[in-house]
Amino acid sequence: MTMQSSIGQSPLGRRGFLVSGATVVGGFALGLHFPFVGPAEAAEAQEIDAWVVIHPDDRVVIRIARSEMGQGTLTGLAQLVAEELECDWSKVSTEYPTPGENLRRGRVWRDFSTGGSRGIRGSQQYVREGGAVAREMLIAAAAAEWKVPAGECKAAGSVVTHAPSGRTRRYGELAAAAAKLEPPRRVALKDPKDWTLIGKPVKRLDTLDKLTGRQIYGIDMRLPGMLVATVKACPVFGGKIKSFDAAKVEKMHGVKKVVSIDDNAVVVVADTYWNAHTALEALPVQWDTGSFGRLQQEAVTAMLKDGLGAGEAFIGNKAGDARAAIDGAAKKVEATYAFPWQYHGTMEPMNATALYTPDKCEVWCGTQNGEAALAATAEAAGLAVARCDVHKLMVGGGFGRRGRTDYVRQAVLVAKQMPGTPVKLVWSREEDTTHDQYHPTTMCKLMGGLDADGKLVGLHVRLSGQSIRASLAPQSIRANGDPGVFQGFTPGGQESAYGYEVPNLLIDHAMRNPHLPAGFWRGVNTNQNAVYMECFMDELAEAAGQDPLEFRLKMLKPKHTAVLKAAAGRAGYGKPLPVGHVHGLAQIMGYGSYVAAIAEVSVSGDGILKIHKITAATDPGHAVNPAQIERQVAGSFVFGLSAALYGEITVKDGAVEQTNFDSYNVMRIDEMPDVDVALVPSGGFWGGVGEPTIAVAAPAVLNGIYRATGKRVRELPLMKHDLKKGA
Amino acid sequence: MAVLNVNGKSLPADADPRTPLLWVLRDTLGLTGTKYGCGIAQCGACTVHIDGVAARSCQVPLSSVGGKKVVTIEGLAENGKLSKIQQAWLEHDVPQCGYCQSGMIMAATALLAAKPQPTDSDIDAAMTNICRCGTYKQVREALHAAAKA
Repeated sequence: MTMQSSIGQSPLGRRGFLVSGATVVGGFALGLHFPFVGPAEAAEAQEIDAWVVIHPDDRVVIRIARSEMGQGTLTGLAQLVAEELECDWSKVSTEYPTPGENLRRGRVWRDFSTGGSRGIRGSQQYVREGGAVAREMLIAAAAAEWKVPAGECKAAGSVVTHAPSGRTRRYGELAAAAAKLEPPRRVALKDPKDWTLIGKPVKRLDTLDKLTGRQIYGIDMRLPGMLVATVKACPVFGGKIKSFDAAKVEKMHGVKKVVSIDDNAVVVVADTYWNAHTALEALPVQWDTGSFGRLQQEAVTAMLKDGLGAGEAFIGNKAGDARAAIDGAAKKVEATYAFPWQYHGTMEPMNATALYTPDKCEVWCGTQNGEAALAATAEAAGLAVARCDVHKLMVGGGFGRRGRTDYVRQAVLVAKQMPGTPVKLVWSREEDTTHDQYHPTTMCKLMGGLDADGKLVGLHVRLSGQSIRASLAPQSIRANGDPGVFQGFTPGGQESAYGYEVPNLLIDHAMRNPHLPAGFWRGVNTNQNAVYMECFMDELAEAAGQDPLEFRLKMLKPKHTAVLKAAAGRAGYGKPLPVGHVHGLAQIMGYGSYVAAIAEVSVSGDGILKIHKITAATDPGHAVNPAQIERQVAGSFVFGLSAALYGEITVKDGAVEQTNFDSYNVMRIDEMPDVDVALVPSGGFWGGVGEPTIAVAAPAVLNGIYRATGKRVRELPLMKHDLKKGA
Repeated sequence: MAVLNVNGKSLPADADPRTPLLWVLRDTLGLTGTKYGCGIAQCGACTVHIDGVAARSCQVPLSSVGGKKVVTIEGLAENGKLSKIQQAWLEHDVPQCGYCQSGMIMAATALLAAKPQPTDSDIDAAMTNICRCGTYKQVREALHAAAKA
């Protein structure tokens, strides 16, 4: 199948669709470098299967459905395909198919959504098969040409060799014939022991353009005749526009149009962002802040506290009789923890560019979920999905935020009011901070019972607070509650587990949903649940008179034990440290990977916390790219510790109080601890690596702070606490 | 109309004199390598060099840069050859999402120009740019490597 014939398979075709952007809307020369091959090359480049395109000069283009947002999935997925394809890695590049093309081709690239650390683990099987199918087709083409059995031919380094005769053919020479063959129905994947590329710390494929300013992110999108818009939504979620006076700003420099979208946001469209922003700041708007307009943070706290003692709760995990075991225990321990709302703070604020005409709508944006962005585009445009498409651009930080489509919807609603004119909608940092879909806020009350030997015999964990599902899909919440709130509070399974054997257990959740929308935030519910569990484990260990490591190891399951021991051994846990330095530890299994952290911290007499070093261990089963995994682990500490130190969103009169990085601080390089990563892949399973380590960052440091100061910090962020002696 | 000297070229810039240099570069001149992150000089994504000194271009009005030499991320490589810092960033595979890296690289370049052998404290003091992916470890390693190169 050639590029030409693949166009013939769908009404618009692959390249045909992109070109149609120029034809349908009346002569727009898009002037963009799309990753897809140009029309001149299309006759030459051969699509072997949906995942693999080969050029006559042996260049290999691997199609990537998931979104690259820094986590390295683009490189890792390409490694998986290339491993089976047996191609020359130095000739590999990548491209994104569009979600519209995916639908037209029967979802041949399957799931575009990029979250839950699923990029590799969720697609490894079928992308490796995609590489293997292409390899078999190339071998079959060579065998047919030589009239020899395919079994006598081998592929390696983009060359097929017929061993008995010594004949060779390059992939570029075979591609045209291979593309015409019927793909094999079944292919055998390589045994992990034969991998040559999976497991290698190869460099990322997307670095060079990020060093020279050439990389185009959503916010850098430019189209001929494009205007730039910026938006201000009602400061209080659930509120509406009462009135606005467009005439006051319509004559300002560069302003083209002042509009409202839905019933809750005003937008200025201008020639440049600055002119749009200046006019929007000057635009008089009256808001109807609605029923939450007088809501204060104290009321949110009271709401969550109420859930801690509520009679009704949704049971997540239960074993034996926790209450009876705790009542009859020799020693009881009880503690209450609290975790605030947190802001995603992607470096690139939300933005999308839309071009609407009455019969077609196209969007260019960074998104973690191309297919959801396409659905949002069609819905907002009021057009059939087949008449819309989304072109994914590089994502300047996602962290879960760009799985949502609110900003895509807004861009289309603005563009719809200016048919034929491309409009780039860019949020200010202030809009981004105050209209996020925040990390859910929760509280947790834990009660544990120890027997006379200091063994944990009963544990009751009561969670209270926000459910992401209730925010995303309230109709799906009925009496059953939201099982997602127990992420990391499950004893075992494939997805997340705390890993301890506890004979009598009750973990339940009282749902309390304040008005700020909750969303997936890198690490999601493992983040706070690991703080609750791992800090409480230290409290229990102390009550039992045991070392926190020893106490844990008595109850931990094997894979959890292995990573915790690996980290402890590497950090020199239990051995002498510099004066004033202490170790704090934490572990969890999240997103299918086992992780542990040992934080080396000190707290000075006047309360200055210093995180000197974090030693981490990760068992992701198969480690596709150790260098990138190490970067994800180190980066996860930055993300997790930024939140632990500073991350807190609060409300006043119903509106978010923090507006930018001056009121919502994050970690800089001067606070970055040394991070030492032990990668201990045990094989046999595929775990994610973008998120799990975030969960152990905060509890390891909090446990260290207690050892250093005797102060239990049970409420984040740390900046609210005085760690000074005697304070 | 203002005429700017950007990356060694004289470029006319038709914009209100109060417009921050950041937006003149991005929207008027089409140099989108310089990034918008916060607009209040907190994050450093918009860092450029003005007469060789690192500056946060979101705080620099167009009216103040007349006659000065502006260098952006697009101006660092010469004849397609990466600068020492860019080369070190490439070798250390520094960027993740990469959005903050233009500013990081401009700040690092200015630091090395002022202090060819920076200490860790020099790096802490000069590199106040925000990276949300958390590339700080690689930034530090690449900076030290570039200093030795």
